Amino acid sequence: MVEAVPLLDVRDLTVEFSTRRGVVRAVERVDVSIAKGETVGIVGESGSGKSVTSYAVMRILDRAGKIVEGAVHFTGLDLSAASEDEMRDLRGREISMIFQNPRAALNPIRKVGRQIEDVLKQHAQVDSAALADKAVEMLDQVRIARPRERYHSYPFELSGGMCQRVVIALALACRPQLLIADEPTTGLDVTTQKAVMDLIVELTRQRGMSTILITHDLGLAATYCDRLVVMEKGRVVETASSREIFIAPAHPYTRKLMRATPRPGASLRDLLPEDNPAAARMADLEVATNGKAGMPLLVVDKLVKEYPRKGRGLGSFFQRKPTPEPDTFRAVDGISFAVNRGESVGLVGESGCGKSTTSTMIMRLIEMTEGVITFDGEDIGAISPQRFARLPLRKRIQMVFQDPTDSLNPRFTAVRAIADPILRLGDAMERKAVRARCEALARQVGLPVDLLDRFPHQLSGGQKARVGIARAIALNPDLIVLDEPTAALDVSVQAVVLNLLQELKQSLGMSYLFVSHDLNVVRLLCDRVIVMRAGRIVEQGPTEHVLVSPQAQYTRDLIAAIPHPRFGR
Amino acid sequence: MTNLALPREDGAPSSGLGAALRHARYILRDNAVTGFAFALFVLIVLAALFGPYLVPYDPLASDTAAALKPPSLAHWFGTDQLGRDVFSRVIVATRLDFLIAVTSVALVFFMGGLAGVAAGFFGGWTDRIVGRVADTVMAFPLFVLAMGIVAALGNTVQNIILATAIVNFPLYARVARAEANVRREAGFVQAARLSGNGEVRILLGQILPNIMPIMVVQMSLTMGYAILNAAGLSFIGLGVRPPTAEWGIMVAEGAAFMVSGEWWIAFFPGAALMIAVFCFNLLGDGLRDIVDPQRRT
Amino acid sequence: MLRMICKRMLIAVPSLIGVVIITFLLTRALPGDPAAYFAGPAATKEAIEQIRTKLGLDQPLYRQFVRYVSDLARGDLGNSLTTGQPVGYEIRTRLPASAELTLLGLLLSMLIAVPLGILAATRPNSLIDHACRVIATAGVSLPVFFTGLILVYVFYYLLGWAPPPLGRLDVFFSPPPHITGFYLVDSMIAGDGELFLASLKQLILPALTLGIFSLAPIARMTRASMLAVLASDFVRTARASGLAPFTVVITYAFRNAMLPVVTTLGMVFSFLLGANVLVEKVFAWPGIGSFAVEALIASDFAPLQGFVLTMAVMYVALNLMIDILYGAIDPRVRIEA
Repeated sequence: MVEAVPLLDVRDLTVEFSTRRGVVRAVERVDVSIAKGETVGIVGESGSGKSVTSYAVMRILDRAGKIVEGAVHFTGLDLSAASEDEMRDLRGREISMIFQNPRAALNPIRKVGRQIEDVLKQHAQVDSAALADKAVEMLDQVRIARPRERYHSYPFELSGGMCQRVVIALALACRPQLLIADEPTTGLDVTTQKAVMDLIVELTRQRGMSTILITHDLGLAATYCDRLVVMEKGRVVETASSREIFIAPAHPYTRKLMRATPRPGASLRDLLPEDNPAAARMADLEVATNGKAGMPLLVVDKLVKEYPRKGRGLGSFFQRKPTPEPDTFRAVDGISFAVNRGESVGLVGESGCGKSTTSTMIMRLIEMTEGVITFDGEDIGAISPQRFARLPLRKRIQMVFQDPTDSLNPRFTAVRAIADPILRLGDAMERKAVRARCEALARQVGLPVDLLDRFPHQLSGGQKARVGIARAIALNPDLIVLDEPTAALDVSVQAVVLNLLQELKQSLGMSYLFVSHDLNVVRLLCDRVIVMRAGRIVEQGPTEHVLVSPQAQYTRDLIAAIPHPRFGR
Repeated sequence: MTNLALPREDGAPSSGLGAALRHARYILRDNAVTGFAFALFVLIVLAALFGPYLVPYDPLASDTAAALKPPSLAHWFGTDQLGRDVFSRVIVATRLDFLIAVTSVALVFFMGGLAGVAAGFFGGWTDRIVGRVADTVMAFPLFVLAMGIVAALGNTVQNIILATAIVNFPLYARVARAEANVRREAGFVQAARLSGNGEVRILLGQILPNIMPIMVVQMSLTMGYAILNAAGLSFIGLGVRPPTAEWGIMVAEGAAFMVSGEWWIAFFPGAALMIAVFCFNLLGDGLRDIVDPQRRT
Repeated sequence: MLRMICKRMLIAVPSLIGVVIITFLLTRALPGDPAAYFAGPAATKEAIEQIRTKLGLDQPLYRQFVRYVSDLARGDLGNSLTTGQPVGYEIRTRLPASAELTLLGLLLSMLIAVPLGILAATRPNSLIDHACRVIATAGVSLPVFFTGLILVYVFYYLLGWAPPPLGRLDVFFSPPPHITGFYLVDSMIAGDGELFLASLKQLILPALTLGIFSLAPIARMTRASMLAVLASDFVRTARASGLAPFTVVITYAFRNAMLPVVTTLGMVFSFLLGANVLVEKVFAWPGIGSFAVEALIASDFAPLQGFVLTMAVMYVALNLMIDILYGAIDPRVRIEA
């Protein structure tokens, strides 16, 4: 077979950054090649250099970054040596890029239609008279309803998914040959993610474009890409077709990533690398203490949370919506469920479904509007948050937060953070005793004791997550609410933390309410699952039932939207 | 923009004074200007403390025979219309102006800083009241308000300090409020509530330590405004009374002579003013860099 | 938009009420006896008492306040004891003098500060960036009256380029027919080129002083704001789309960066109103600032109250304009309100 000249050929690419700590090699001797019409995924965890590679190709590196070795050839032209004017001509016209966080990627004070026109005008694609029409046409192609009206919209008036469509329209307006998509769906709901990825694939296939998809999600990459390039710490460790990587990964790192990715059919233990001692421990535990479903610990009955809507009255004159809306907004609209002792219950839903509001009410951090929350027989819903903070009950319900960085006081060392609940809610103890307890907790969560005197900015994401967990279990609570505790972590770190959470739950006899949008993670950790949407419970039941044979259409849609590569044998 | 995960540095001393000093020294080396500002600051403090004991002439002694002499070896900065040595007066004035600056800033920090932090953290009525007070003060052109306060209460140093503090209140409160507001719903604040911390304890023990660095930066900048304020009031005639040596009033006394060519009477005190304020501003900027490199201006 | 304007004006009302009350109290707290001042040094005690009664100064404080407020409602600001003129008239004639000076100064500073800030942000660590940072820090440190004096010394005394700092016009000229009160504008309308130049010559130094004073905060804010915006995601998108540098910097970055700068302008204006008082003293400018200082020294209530009230109202109007300008630039403010 004749070897066609690749559309994009990256050879030996090495990029260095000059930082305060000296020169750092972000990317080293990277080879990536993309043929015409191909979709290639670059996969890696944080720090792998996958984004830096694409920035180097587009030559939009930070001022501190430089290509020190290697070359990037695009249809024969050497991009690494091209002048800025030549690059500007290529950007948007031949090679386009879309980024994470779509709303921030658009100019907030400029109409979206005009932003598309700017690109068209820059690359002289269309006569000025036809600019607006072409922009509307692009909006239509990315499946935005009522494109002529939406032309006049500002980004803040559009949802996240719609903003990403506009960004795609911007990128494809001048019919480039190559599209680079840098984590385009991170932060979007799973159903939106599917819609956006399907759109990208459809449009690029239609136009015979090549695509580079950069992501940390191996499942996503395997589903939508022909070939995968796996990167670790600035180097390429493996390049193969998606099928090969998925079914028989060669490199140990790829194997580790594959194992760590939550997927149907895998148990928690399977996520860990084969040689991990924790895996062996897990096996013993599972047999010994298998969730004794006892009395209900937490009972929620017809819980409601209402928020007043902002600014009515004169404002409605200027509203663009023809129909008036009610004065209050129901974030949680009468839900009822229970968590039994020793159980792990998952609360899933997309953004805006009310799961976080529910968990915050259960935590007694905000007031509820109506309903009853019973904990171990006591009605805690009626107690105000300020009062609850002073009751002994406070220490029995604790929380692990989503963002490990945000949930640690930047001015407290790790040990001070962990000691906080002990000092405030625990029995009076001497300094040494408190310190000893913190060290014991650190050991329990697998945090090296010598890290206890560090500040959060000196710890890695996984280490910070462990500090948060140690703090939550410090007073042996009965119930822990976990709000997307691993969402901000790399997949390999996530695997270890999930196993840790399971181990702790069983050894300390706790119950979990696990709030998440990631059904695969919930499947691994939870005995029962509750699906929420628009403030209501759509479906609830044992995990295997709900996720294998869902009753509700919405649940079915959610499951279908999860990327699953189909490699038939 | 690009996500660089730098390798964990193991073995580095992680906390405490040692690390802070190392970091500070690193920044100062990186930024010679801040080091210079700091040295100048030390010089000003020394002049304020020891100046009056070291000056060659009595700042209040007049010698009409030697009036209006230009700078010479005998009188480094020349003499003014009453024959007083300008150099001595400028050095002695350092103490008064510095005192005014430090005291007003301390006052404004307590009044404005605490009020602003409480307003930003608690919201509700606290926020509304503090906001109203700040708005009312800001409805006046600030210098004019200072003029009015001093005129009404009398030209004393205490009143100048009070007026300066009142006039700087809104700005300080606004900065404090914004910082507290941002952190109000942060994860670690929620976690503190879960750990049984009451609201006031959270405010003082968790939030305040986090915003102190920014407050210190603001204090340094406010010291500059305070001195300019006091000097401006004296220039109008509403500040300290003659024959007190204060930079502003010295410029006022020398202003008339500028037009006729005896520039030194107003120039040196004015230059001293400028250098002092410049020093505080540079220091504030440098502190800001040490505290939060993302906010470099 | 209309709703925002109404809401803003409503919010301003309590502040204005506060201003009125505080001004009243402050002026009454002033030392000195206006009745004695008015009667003159040779007056007898009975004469002074008569005048005191006539002026209503013997009434209890709250009665004086009521009288003051009712006069205010009728638009009567009282009379100045020192000049004998109605306060309203004085303010009307003196305000344009200050306004002309302030506006010219602000214009000068913006013409330099904004481009300087933009250039400094787009060329980090270059010569112009360092120059901008030094100017910004030094400018904020200069006492405004000192700047004025130095300018007078250099340009009048040493170089002889500028006229003596004796007010708006040289004695040989008479002011143009009053239309706006701005000599530059009025002389242009009257077609009198010589007068225009004479007014300009007198204006240059004080306007330059105010310009230097306001240059620093505007340059500093522009630079900081531009730096922040240039690092934002949407500028990255613009660059990745291959847009020309001018489009990226001006159409995309600058318009967004202007928002905090516009807000800063309000603060700068407040400082300028204060600085005005000092500059008018240095240059013997017959503006509203020097009017206030004279009244303050004579403990003359009515002009002081009138002055402060005028300043406060102007400031509210200014903030309103800034909000409107902000709304014109930023659709989020317009639509989400």
